[in-house]
Amino acid sequence: MSVVVDKTKCIGCGACVVECPVEALDLVDGTATVDPAKCKETGSCVTVCPANALSLEAKAAAPAAKKADAGAAKEFNAKEPLPKAVQDYAKTNAAKSAPVAGGDVWSGVWIIVEYNHGRIAPVSWELLGEGRKLADVIGCELCAVITGYQVDHVIREAFAYGAEKVYVIDDPVLENFRTEPYAEAITGLVRKYQPEIILMGATAIGRDVFPAVATRLRTGLTADCTVLGIDPETKLLQQTRPAFGGNIMATILCRSRRPQMSTVRPRVMAMPARVEGRSGEIVREQQSMTEDEIRTKVLEFIPGDAKSIFLDKAEIIVAVGLGIASQKNLPLVEELADSLGATLACTRGVVEAGWMSHDHQVGQTGVTVRPKVYIAIGISGAIQHLVGMETSDYIIAVNNDPEAGIFRVANYGILGDLFQVVPLLTAEFKKRLQHGVAN
Amino acid sequence: MHFVVCLKQVPDTSEVRIDPNTNTLMREGVPSIINPYDAHALEEAIRLRDKMGGKVTIVSMGPPQAKEALRKAMSFGADRAILLTDRGFAGSDSLATAYILTVAIQKIHAEEPIDIVFTGKEAIDGDTAQTGPGIAQRLGFPQLTYGIRVREIDNTSVTVERKTEGGREVAKALLPALITVEKEMNELRYATLPDMMKAAVYEPEMWDAKSLPYDTAEMGLKGSPTSVSRIFPPPGRSGGERIDATTDPKGAVANLVEKVFQENIIMVHPAVKGGRA
Repeated sequence: MSVVVDKTKCIGCGACVVECPVEALDLVDGTATVDPAKCKETGSCVTVCPANALSLEAKAAAPAAKKADAGAAKEFNAKEPLPKAVQDYAKTNAAKSAPVAGGDVWSGVWIIVEYNHGRIAPVSWELLGEGRKLADVIGCELCAVITGYQVDHVIREAFAYGAEKVYVIDDPVLENFRTEPYAEAITGLVRKYQPEIILMGATAIGRDVFPAVATRLRTGLTADCTVLGIDPETKLLQQTRPAFGGNIMATILCRSRRPQMSTVRPRVMAMPARVEGRSGEIVREQQSMTEDEIRTKVLEFIPGDAKSIFLDKAEIIVAVGLGIASQKNLPLVEELADSLGATLACTRGVVEAGWMSHDHQVGQTGVTVRPKVYIAIGISGAIQHLVGMETSDYIIAVNNDPEAGIFRVANYGILGDLFQVVPLLTAEFKKRLQHGVAN
Repeated sequence: MHFVVCLKQVPDTSEVRIDPNTNTLMREGVPSIINPYDAHALEEAIRLRDKMGGKVTIVSMGPPQAKEALRKAMSFGADRAILLTDRGFAGSDSLATAYILTVAIQKIHAEEPIDIVFTGKEAIDGDTAQTGPGIAQRLGFPQLTYGIRVREIDNTSVTVERKTEGGREVAKALLPALITVEKEMNELRYATLPDMMKAAVYEPEMWDAKSLPYDTAEMGLKGSPTSVSRIFPPPGRSGGERIDATTDPKGAVANLVEKVFQENIIMVHPAVKGGRA
């Protein structure tokens, strides 16, 4: 008898392989495989499997235990509470995973503030808001890190948005973002002051420099998190992100290396209140890299066209999916957008069909938007799309499929033929807005 | 010049579905493809080789079945393909994956010095965008991420237009360098018939953990600091009100618009001269 793997559920994460005390499990072609000769049925793998793909069979061979163990053969169900023995095991197991956060060596939550081309990425402040919550649960300091050139005004803002302490490296080589000097600056600060958690926006810059920093520090990095939390027992950072193209959510831990690092999607965390006049400790360090050592130069910055910049800041978005059927039908939704002064967006399917450019794409591989109103026309609502827009304040969806996923997130779902509904909507909005503008 | 392309075989995530009854991934019958961004990375390497002369070497980490992706890649005109495959590589996160690829690239570099390593900007099954920068750091190469155009290249440097927050940036890096590639960089070619025939019988080189000086503590599950603790279906927003517009579209739309304005979801502001403020 041995542990049974449900191969349809196994995600090949390998948690069980690491856990197994007798090395009876291995990953073969991406799924967990048991060596029955080695398996001692300790059950430890069952408790760590995030997908509930493992189960212990009833010990039919041991008649004395037959009745008592009958329940063990049951399908493992995430909704049911874990058996007591398993809960106890999980506790003792959690205690093993050292070092835990809150220790005296690695301490503090750091937010890396993104400042480039004279612009502070708003996600930096969103993260100070989220970082405050994490630091309060752990009981540690919340610090901001500012690397750049002539950043005094950024320091003031970081305090206003809630940093207790600000680490600063202010140097001409940091004027334009470049991976080498930025990674060097951040890595140097982390090595010296040893924060337990560092966060940065999942922007083009955050997703460029954080992997470089994590590689130098040989620690774990979780990209594009949408939910962060602290495990109440271990104080580990729970980093939740969409996985498998957004089809599932995965909570990732970095158990034994420090710091724990995440990039976080912009516009997912709430913007904290700005309090003028707050201040705190400023720690200044020198940049150790000189211009001669840097092998990259920024020659030119070309600001993007109005539409692509505007999309993630738009108040009202009209988005179109493959339900529009053809590029020649696009004027229908353009008119609707015009009637509201809205910005036009689309799904990945529309981009891949070549009907609109990638600049307009909302979703997992496009832009995350959080407008006040999101009007989804002919969008079925694949999860990859939903992750990019479901935090919009109001969602209105038009679709002819009552089972469309978009209806699950819509405040108002209009079931009907978009070719009938959209012109009517345009006409109604025009009528209402003939003496004014919408926002 | 020597161009190395890192390429990954991935499940076509746009074909992955969730079983509504069990909330598990339905992965059966999901086709395997070359990661789309990697295909553009390969295309750029081949174009530059054709322009500058030299060689394109593909390196991939994956199960033995990934040979198919490498054959397909060869059909576009690459010169050599290497598959890193070993059970000890399984379960690697992005840190360990970058390590495994780097050790192989170092060997390739020692045989024939590399000018540029190309990777896709990210893989569609992980979306982390971490492996490319991880390789650049370990190799000690400068990195230019989110490349959309190679503007200039000579024997000592490359100038790349790259996407960044709020616009595009033109950046120049000394060679050897690593570039991660967006789809905008080029249009993919179709393989020619002779190249397809040649690729069909091509046997990619297979390197396992023993063929290179790997430290087993840095690869696979042991070498991966991150681990999945839980997976769950994405949270659904509770659906709101449904308005049926199948029988009376006009009435339904009027009803919706009335609500939208009543609840101040959309508000009317006096028009500002010259249009929207």
